[in-house]
Amino acid sequence: MTQNVVELKPTSQPAPTGQREVLRIVIVGHVDHGKSTLIGRLLYDTNSIPPEKVKALEEVSKKRGKGIEWAYLLDALQAERDQGITIDVSHIWFKSPQRDYVIIDAPGHKEFITNMVSGAASADGALLVVDANEGVREQTRRHGYLLQMLGIDQVTVVINKMDQVDYAEDRFYVLEREVTQYLREIGITPRFILPISAYVGSNVAKTSDQMEWHHGPTLLSALDKMEVRPSAEHLPLRVPLQDIYKFDDRRIFAARIESGVLRVGDELVFSPSNKTSRVKTIEAWSSPVEPVVARAGQTVGFTLEEQIFVERGEVASHAADAPFESNVFKAHLFWLGREPLKVGKRYRMKLATARHDIVIEQVDRLVDTDTLQSQQGESVARHGIADVVVRSRSMVALDEYRALPKLGRFVLLDGYDVVGGGLISTEGYPDQRDATTIRSTNITHVDLRVTGAMRSAQNGHRGGVLWFTGLSGAGKSTLAVELERRLHQRGYHVYVLDGDNVREGLNANLGFSPEDRAENIRRVGEVAGLFADAGLIVITAFISPYRADRDRARDAARDAFHEIYIKSDLATCEQRDPKGLYERARRGEIKEFTGISAPYEEPETPELVVDTSVADEDACMQQLMSFVEGRFRQA
Amino acid sequence: MEPSVRQSHLDQLEAESIYIFREMFAQIEKPAMLWSLGKDSNVMLWLARKAFFGHVPFPLVHVDTGKKFPEMYAFREKYEKEWNLNLIRGGCPPVEDIDDSLPPAARSAARKTEGLKWILAEHQFTGVVAGIRRDEQAIRAKERVFSPRSDSGEWSFKDQPPELWDHYKTEFPPGTHVRIHPLLQWTEIDIWRYIQRENIPVVDLYFAKDGLRYRSLGDQDITNPVPSTASTIAEIIEELEHTSVSERAGRAMDHEAEDAFERLRTDGYM
Repeated sequence: MTQNVVELKPTSQPAPTGQREVLRIVIVGHVDHGKSTLIGRLLYDTNSIPPEKVKALEEVSKKRGKGIEWAYLLDALQAERDQGITIDVSHIWFKSPQRDYVIIDAPGHKEFITNMVSGAASADGALLVVDANEGVREQTRRHGYLLQMLGIDQVTVVINKMDQVDYAEDRFYVLEREVTQYLREIGITPRFILPISAYVGSNVAKTSDQMEWHHGPTLLSALDKMEVRPSAEHLPLRVPLQDIYKFDDRRIFAARIESGVLRVGDELVFSPSNKTSRVKTIEAWSSPVEPVVARAGQTVGFTLEEQIFVERGEVASHAADAPFESNVFKAHLFWLGREPLKVGKRYRMKLATARHDIVIEQVDRLVDTDTLQSQQGESVARHGIADVVVRSRSMVALDEYRALPKLGRFVLLDGYDVVGGGLISTEGYPDQRDATTIRSTNITHVDLRVTGAMRSAQNGHRGGVLWFTGLSGAGKSTLAVELERRLHQRGYHVYVLDGDNVREGLNANLGFSPEDRAENIRRVGEVAGLFADAGLIVITAFISPYRADRDRARDAARDAFHEIYIKSDLATCEQRDPKGLYERARRGEIKEFTGISAPYEEPETPELVVDTSVADEDACMQQLMSFVEGRFRQA
Repeated sequence: MEPSVRQSHLDQLEAESIYIFREMFAQIEKPAMLWSLGKDSNVMLWLARKAFFGHVPFPLVHVDTGKKFPEMYAFREKYEKEWNLNLIRGGCPPVEDIDDSLPPAARSAARKTEGLKWILAEHQFTGVVAGIRRDEQAIRAKERVFSPRSDSGEWSFKDQPPELWDHYKTEFPPGTHVRIHPLLQWTEIDIWRYIQRENIPVVDLYFAKDGLRYRSLGDQDITNPVPSTASTIAEIIEELEHTSVSERAGRAMDHEAEDAFERLRTDGYM
């Protein structure tokens, strides 16, 4: 055995004491603005480079006939050296006297945004590098925008290569203004903007004689002022189930506490199934005492008092502060797929530990990160950013990103590949939890002796629901009232459930929040179903803008349900404006007004479409009468 | 409001590794874990037992070059029984069968890569848990937590999947297998502090005898000890806080040619 003994030399580095804090920073910026050189310089100035590596570096640089290029240190791969660009996220450790750092080196080449996003997603703070010669460039803006999207709000900017502009004070101030203006517009307030030269070592770890005009800190002390992301334990409890283990007689639910605090004895509600149970134990292996509490950031196991069936993907929370439930929501999305995003195409969504099949229902706007202008468009290209509407096949437990980021963000998969990431906004859509929760228990259904067939034989027609949906001003109420009159004349048992009328009694306790609107429609759907069972033809006239609400009304009345789309374009409705509501909505006096500031989801397969923007009232009535005669007249 | 309790750095690392283990177990159809008998490997095994409440619900694989230290084999026999492990012992091809364009130590190390390929082919594992760390070596710093390999075991470092917000790549076309790296974020000193905190057993070769100790354990003929007087875990931690010699300085294959490690790794070396 050879004994090539390697010498071990202590350095002058002050010893870290015990458990030091570790801060993760990502370094971003336009290609060739000097990110790798800056990292090399930081490592060198903090004595973080092993002597053998310094030696190797000197040899490589000599062989290539250049002076010491600190960037070589990072270019660990042959391929990178040859191309002269950084090709993937790399992790590098160094220490300041204050604490430990992990640098996540993100590439600046346009093709490699995927890696930059992967690196930045886990960082506490960011360093944005800007070349003093070139100033703010396309990737400077795009990276800044993505940092903001990824929720990194601690950003320090360095104006690098100051040696190449003769350390000119006025040049620095021009760039400082330019950077600040862009970052402010996207919602980032930079902590510091510092003039440096990574190559020379000015103002990185040591202050610079050439820049006495600069009174701010060195880069290293600016980094020391960044903070590790705060704990999420004061936020509402969110525990997405990772797995359920049955290794022995215990049934252990494995999960990471994403926010809040979990205690033995807590009553938990699981979303989206809405099942409930109580925490019996918190399980730990090799722990001297059985834990009774688990906090945000911990990966734990727990058992439940009642044996309920819940799977990976369900989110446990306290009932008082449960996540939002919806199968449709808005999202701010960045696209990484090689193929552009297609509206209507099926993608897989991963949100915490849950997976859902979704489609992007529409693209509301595309964002140009250079100009911050909005554009219209149906498709989002690779590295594009857009506001979209996401529709899931199944109910999703989610949160507003700004309030609870862990459940407010998701990734999309196309086939096997991650193609995008998104941040959720719940604005404009109702929480569907109440509408889908069954709270009654111990119910026994009573069978009646009068059947539907007996009722329709006596009435001479079948019972059923004519569910009118459409924008305000499309003509729902006008047509409903006239249809009722004509059917009554012909001997039909018919009744109109009108929006305003119902709110005087049955639904007097409901307001106009998305949740109350959903409950309004749920009750009307159930009542309409009962009327239809009783043998009546019931006509409902409600905007009922959400597909999920109409689907539930269909479930209540089953086969007797007929969705009738009273169609008219927004401009026509707004021109009619029989109640003056559009005008008030345009002035901002009515919030979340359908068609203006809240969505209307068109029916996908209505039983009948009555287009009031092209046909007059009489033609519409004939269309409706012949529909009813065809469907409801008892043969 | 009660004051919040910030997790220590080791607690954070532990929680993340456990999360990775559980993601792996929930999503990878047929997993196995490499057990090289080294310190990282033992920390990894400990974390698996924490993740699964004392169980290790998948087989361990020891790719045996036949050239490990006797102390390592003794350690293996002892804990295989004591911890009730499902251990698969795999062999390696002779060095003569390995690409002779590789430098000698790298060529020797490449036997392990081939041995692993044999085991993967025999058992059809779809995921292999490996204890690499980003701070060990510059190329390992570029790894992902879930790192797909082609069916020939190759790693394409230029085309790695995005890894966003702990959503690791867990779906693959048939024929792909994935390496899972629960220790990627740990550093050498984290490993020793955790061994100390959790009282995890390690092979004695790490402790100094006659002024020498091993910082990293590989095959006997291509691993060299470093001068050291650190004979306890506390002394090792103290030593690491002051050293600037890299951990793998005693691993011969790292120093042969500028790209030797890169070639090993793209070919599937752990």
